[in-house]
Amino acid sequence: MPYALKIALRYLTASKAQTGLLIAGVAVGVFVFIFMSALIGGLGVFLVQRTVGDISHVTVEAPGREAVSLLSDNPDILVVQQRGATQREQLRTADAFLPMIAAIPGIAATSQQIVGNGFLVRGQATAPVSVTGIEDNKVSAIADIEGNLVDGSTALTNSTVLIGSALAEDLGVSVGQVVRVQSDREAERTLVVGGIFELGVDALDARSAFVSLATARTLFELPQGISRIEIKLSDLNQADAVAARIASETGLKATPWTEGNASLLYGLSAQRNSGDLIKAFALITIIIGVASALLLSTYRRRSEIGIMRAMGASRGFIIFVFVTQGTLIGLIGGLVGAGLGYLSLSPFPVPELAPPGGLPVDVRQGSYGLAIALTTIGAILASILPARSAARVDPVTVIGQ
Amino acid sequence: MSALLEIRDLVKTYGEGEAETRVLRGLNLTLEEGELAALLGPSGSGKSTLLTILGTLMKPTSGTYMMLGEELTKASDRELTEFRNRHLGFVFQFHHLLPDFTALENVIFPTAVQQGRETAAARDRGRELLERVGLGHRIDYLSTSLSGGQKQRVAIARALMNRPELVLADEPTGNLDRESAEQVMDLIKEINENEKTTFLISTHDDKIADACKRQIRVKDGLAE
Ligand SMILES: Nc1ncnc2c1ncn2[C@@H]1O[C@H](COP(=O)(O)OP(=O)(O)OP(=O)(O)O)[C@@H](O)[C@H]1O
Ligand SMILES: [Mg+2]
Repeated sequence: MPYALKIALRYLTASKAQTGLLIAGVAVGVFVFIFMSALIGGLGVFLVQRTVGDISHVTVEAPGREAVSLLSDNPDILVVQQRGATQREQLRTADAFLPMIAAIPGIAATSQQIVGNGFLVRGQATAPVSVTGIEDNKVSAIADIEGNLVDGSTALTNSTVLIGSALAEDLGVSVGQVVRVQSDREAERTLVVGGIFELGVDALDARSAFVSLATARTLFELPQGISRIEIKLSDLNQADAVAARIASETGLKATPWTEGNASLLYGLSAQRNSGDLIKAFALITIIIGVASALLLSTYRRRSEIGIMRAMGASRGFIIFVFVTQGTLIGLIGGLVGAGLGYLSLSPFPVPELAPPGGLPVDVRQGSYGLAIALTTIGAILASILPARSAARVDPVTVIGQ
Repeated sequence: MSALLEIRDLVKTYGEGEAETRVLRGLNLTLEEGELAALLGPSGSGKSTLLTILGTLMKPTSGTYMMLGEELTKASDRELTEFRNRHLGFVFQFHHLLPDFTALENVIFPTAVQQGRETAAARDRGRELLERVGLGHRIDYLSTSLSGGQKQRVAIARALMNRPELVLADEPTGNLDRESAEQVMDLIKEINENEKTTFLISTHDDKIADACKRQIRVKDGLAE
């Protein structure tokens, strides 16, 4: 064992209570660091999950038809553009694009949809709804209807409709009862309520109805083609990249979820920043704590240091002894704090599965390695000042005492 | 016998201006190899100052200090650290042992710090030295659990660890009772005789002074 390490260890073990307290202090700082990482990370996952969990990550639609002006910029001519309103924007050739989209890595599910607005009518009660026609074998591809079904089943036929619980309550209908669906294109169908779901998102629970693609075709008078393709990704942080790739490969309009959720993203980044600030303070506290404890120790051991210098210990040796102490304190405190952090975070369910109202800490996002590394580096930095002051002790001033 | 060290015109002044104290005023001194010399003089005459300069722990205001062919007043801190480690041993009035270490660990410190680790050879020599100073039964005791006389004997063993040419002892028996003081002095005499190690011992004790072969008196900043 290197001799300076032996002396450093002896110094640390000589005053066990003091060293123990110091390590405990460092461990608490590391614990705060890890807890903040897990909490901020977990909150992020939780909020994104809540917001994005049941919506499309990337939505592919037909590109808007913009008139192309053949006139060059001529100041003498005034051009007025008006968008054509007679043709609906639709994907007429979805089948051609689907294999291309499905081949892009990271895509978990696709869902072809026909969407439109209408009313749900039951006796005298009427409620506006957005009607979504979906493939009957992909009912839960985007929103987890299956997992949030409160009554009935998700089996979708051409004569059934799935509605949200709030909507069902408004209309006073339950599974097996009949409702009429009127579309904004004046078409009407009578359907049986096949299932009632509760996704926990107001817009979906109170305002949406899911029907089969065939039903939607007749309701919205769309004999061929679809309105859009909704896509679920395995990693929702890839939405921007995947959307850009789809747009460039297919020429279609691909919108990532991030586009309509700027305020959520802003909130998450603000949250991360405040988390980083708290973590920085935890680190600074550790550094100050280690520095002051070591400074006190160099002061207490002044005469020993002077004697070691007289006996032929170099300044470098003394510096090494004290920096090693700092390193060990940082490393051990870091390991203890990280271990405690992991143990105390483990019982919490991951945010994806956390019940509402629970603490959405994410044990996977504790940044354990980073916490240990930063703490050790911090402790090393903290020991430099005391070590240098120790190395400057003049043997002459302590020998006479 | 040839000269181990030679000091010429050594001046040491503490402080400046009004507070200036001229302690050594052009002192000359030669020590031969294998000498056993006592350093005498009233309190405040500059004995400790001289030993500190000889120990290379402090630089003189002016003058030269040659030892083993090296001019030490011009050496760097790094060179002096190594020189001390290899050629000088110290025994202080207050033993100055490292409190958290055992007797053996204290004794082998000068070798271990030079080699960067504690070797088996160093431990063997340390044990041998502790037996020589009559502490074979206290080898693994913490230094704090030893008596004053025992501590001072450990300090002597430590001073001898690297087989230095010169051991400087500043009132090594100043804190000991008569019996312990005599034991320590007998030990020094024995080592001086057997190993030809040079000793320079400052003391106020006539018995210690008489036990030495040579007496050097510091008076008015000069040696006589
Ligand atoms: N660091 C210092 N600063 C100023 N004056 C000092 C310093 N060290 C010693 N002196 C002075 O130098 C003189 C010599 O001191 P020194 O300790 O060498 O004497 P000494 O012969 O060892 O005395 P004693 O027998 O009491 O140990 C004294 O007057 C002392 O006050
Ligand atoms: Mg003195």
